[in-house]
Amino acid sequence: MLQAARQSQTFNMPEGTDIAWCPGCGNFPILATVKKALSGLGLEPQDTVLVSGIGQAAKLPQYLKCHYFNGLHGRALPVATGIKVANPQLNVLVASGDGDVYGEGGNHFIHTIRRNPDITLLVHNNMIYGLTQGQASPTSQEGMVTPVQPRGVFVDPINPVALAISLDAPFVARASAGEPEHLREMIVAAVKHKGFSLVDIFQPCVVFNKLNTYQWFAEHTYHLPESYDPTDKIEAFSRATEEGKFALGVLYRNDSRAVFEEEIGIYEDDKRPLYRRKHSAALVRALLHNRK
Amino acid sequence: MKSNKKQKNEIKGFAILLAGRAGQGIKTIERIITTVLKREGLYVFATRGYMSRVRGGMNATQIRVGTSPVSAPVEKTDLFVPLAAEAFDHFASRLDSRTCVVADEVVSDGCDRTGFGFCAKVLSLPFTQMAVDAGNRVYANAAAAGAVLALLDVPVSKACEVIEETFVGKGPEVVRKNSEVLTRAYKRAEHLRFHHNLDFVFARQTDPEKHVFFSGTEAVALGALSAGTDFCSSYPMSPSTGVLTFLAQHGKECGVAVEQATDEIGAVNMALGAAYAGARAIVTTSGGGFALMGETVSLAGMTETPLTVHIAQRPGPATGLPTRTAQEDLNLVLRAGHGEFARAVYAPGDASEAFNLTQHALDTADKYQIPTFILTDQFLVDSLTMTEEKRFCFEKVKRHIVKTGARYRRYDLSDAVDGVSPRGVPGYGEGLVCVDSDEHDETGHITEDFAVRRQMVEKRLAKLPALAAEAVLPTWFGLKKAPKVLVVWGSNKAAAQEAWETVNDKTWAVCHFSQVYPFNPKVKRMLKNKKVVVMENNATGQFADLLRSELGIEIAAKKLKYTGEPFTVEEVMRILEGKV
Repeated sequence: MLQAARQSQTFNMPEGTDIAWCPGCGNFPILATVKKALSGLGLEPQDTVLVSGIGQAAKLPQYLKCHYFNGLHGRALPVATGIKVANPQLNVLVASGDGDVYGEGGNHFIHTIRRNPDITLLVHNNMIYGLTQGQASPTSQEGMVTPVQPRGVFVDPINPVALAISLDAPFVARASAGEPEHLREMIVAAVKHKGFSLVDIFQPCVVFNKLNTYQWFAEHTYHLPESYDPTDKIEAFSRATEEGKFALGVLYRNDSRAVFEEEIGIYEDDKRPLYRRKHSAALVRALLHNRK
Repeated sequence: MKSNKKQKNEIKGFAILLAGRAGQGIKTIERIITTVLKREGLYVFATRGYMSRVRGGMNATQIRVGTSPVSAPVEKTDLFVPLAAEAFDHFASRLDSRTCVVADEVVSDGCDRTGFGFCAKVLSLPFTQMAVDAGNRVYANAAAAGAVLALLDVPVSKACEVIEETFVGKGPEVVRKNSEVLTRAYKRAEHLRFHHNLDFVFARQTDPEKHVFFSGTEAVALGALSAGTDFCSSYPMSPSTGVLTFLAQHGKECGVAVEQATDEIGAVNMALGAAYAGARAIVTTSGGGFALMGETVSLAGMTETPLTVHIAQRPGPATGLPTRTAQEDLNLVLRAGHGEFARAVYAPGDASEAFNLTQHALDTADKYQIPTFILTDQFLVDSLTMTEEKRFCFEKVKRHIVKTGARYRRYDLSDAVDGVSPRGVPGYGEGLVCVDSDEHDETGHITEDFAVRRQMVEKRLAKLPALAAEAVLPTWFGLKKAPKVLVVWGSNKAAAQEAWETVNDKTWAVCHFSQVYPFNPKVKRMLKNKKVVVMENNATGQFADLLRSELGIEIAAKKLKYTGEPFTVEEVMRILEGKV
């Protein structure tokens, strides 16, 4: 019991850490759940790196005791890929928002799924831009009125889970900040999954998004039934593209894809991370010599 | 070299110009000729000018041969080898009454037709017919190489050895046919050499075993490997792609993780992530690709994460001339990234500098936790030069990484020397390595505290004076007291040096910069009270402006070339002789 309590605090920052989120923000339950999931998995802060871009969600690594790289808007995924390749022994997670991952970093989202590094992507999907104070995001619903979209959003929102499934992302789940226990299960399963894993997390923005509230998400989501087979890609795609109510749970998984860092050709004979390796000048001298 | 003595101010050595359409096999002929001549103990240099197309157009390679080192392009052509009739028109300005032409009969018909009878000799040989007789037109390239080597009086057996090495992968039949065609063309050309009393005979001068013959691309890539580079992510862009290709081909044996990214932004962020986790990472690109990386350069500066970018310049703006050369991106590299932070920029002048400075740039990036840049150009990366092996340095590879303790702070100010805090990496030690693109405190966490902000700005900029103090000094050719100095940087080194040696005017010195930022404080004294003429491959004099703004040096004149071609030795001579 005592051990479990201590364990649950593994990723806690010191008491009194100043948090920049608004009171009631959907990011709080996500933060608490991430910490719980990571400590429940028995991970250590020293072996765990959180990577983020820019936005309110991207501040999450600040409030967690572990290594982190808080980089540029949209660019968390290539950074995370580089970290995982340089040291596959690290647990690498990306936590960022819908604007960061699906908008500014949309290209990286697509190609990171293609590469399939063993990293976990948590997207706090609040369907609005919080940090820049309330503009539309790539997942904002049609008709949402914002200061920049005064006549309402008229472009189609991106469907991130359907996009990920179409790219054969090996683990695609959807969860909600309003259901922390289910969210924890999804994060645990995602981290355990070898290869790229996506958890798209519905998150209310209590200040700027008056449309997609806790209540709205509760009314517009349902849990996938026990009988659901996430390895059936056609069924997964069909669930991912449903309208009206959104399915929560593991929508799709494919355990057969090769993992990027294992395929890149430098870990077959030597499992050490790059910084641990000694450099051989003899190899370079031989290559020079061949050019005579 | 022609047996008569070299005249005053005459360009040394022998210059061959191979010209043809893309896809005709110029590179194969170049490779055979240069390899054989190098093994014969001669100094060889090859520089390529090609169009941005896979087939057709008009491409050329100049091969210079000498009994002393040659590594700059020249205007003169001693031997012209056109593979297509239109080459005559295209390269008319490079031919004169001293030029000897050797060509396929079909091609040289074009010579008479277009009125190039002024060339000293036009030697016609049935290259294509010989190839067809042997079974395939593609052997015509071996015929052309054989003819050139016969005119230069190189033993045919040496040429056949190289043919075997070149085509061994294509099977014994291809080797045999190529050797057969080469030998036939060689015999015919040998006969012509006697008949026309041509005397292009060279004395063996070098020990080929002591020289490496390779391109600037290979020099940069091998320099990166010599620095212990173990990560490269890049997006293909001419003329920088060769470095990515080389590292990909040798990645597995050398332990380098190589990834072709899907855009430059992804490439540079992947490299930065790898560097954060302890890798030694390089990115290769050209101006347009580098322009996309600007924000991440700033991120490297802010997070104090090492990053090395190789930029092979080509003429802009925008797509510009994709396969030609320029020195137009100095300002871009100096200013890339918003905000203020330290950086170092190297501009190698030749292959050995490309190797050594790439190694140095990677070490400097790690040592100072800053972005560093290697600025080359199409001319440097695509030219093949001979370099004595002893000129390649192998400094011991240091990772500049510490094992962290539980109280580790990534941006510790009390332990910082010259603004550099000990660099930990995640997973090595008990500490946590936290880095942030926002302004941060010593632990790496976001802060908006103005006092901390000031300290962190000063910390990041404290690296600059230390970088300047150990900056590479320029190379000086000539007397210290020479009143006139021709200042060059990057790949113009060889043309400036050779022109200066050829003109032999004691009132001139040449000063070549291989590090263009920051400047060593000693530079100011070197150029004080001199008539400084700056020569560079751009239209505005970017380096001249930098000398003026950084060091207050007065520039007497700027000699600028921005056609997309490198300076030739003759052009630099005209500058030194006051003719332009």
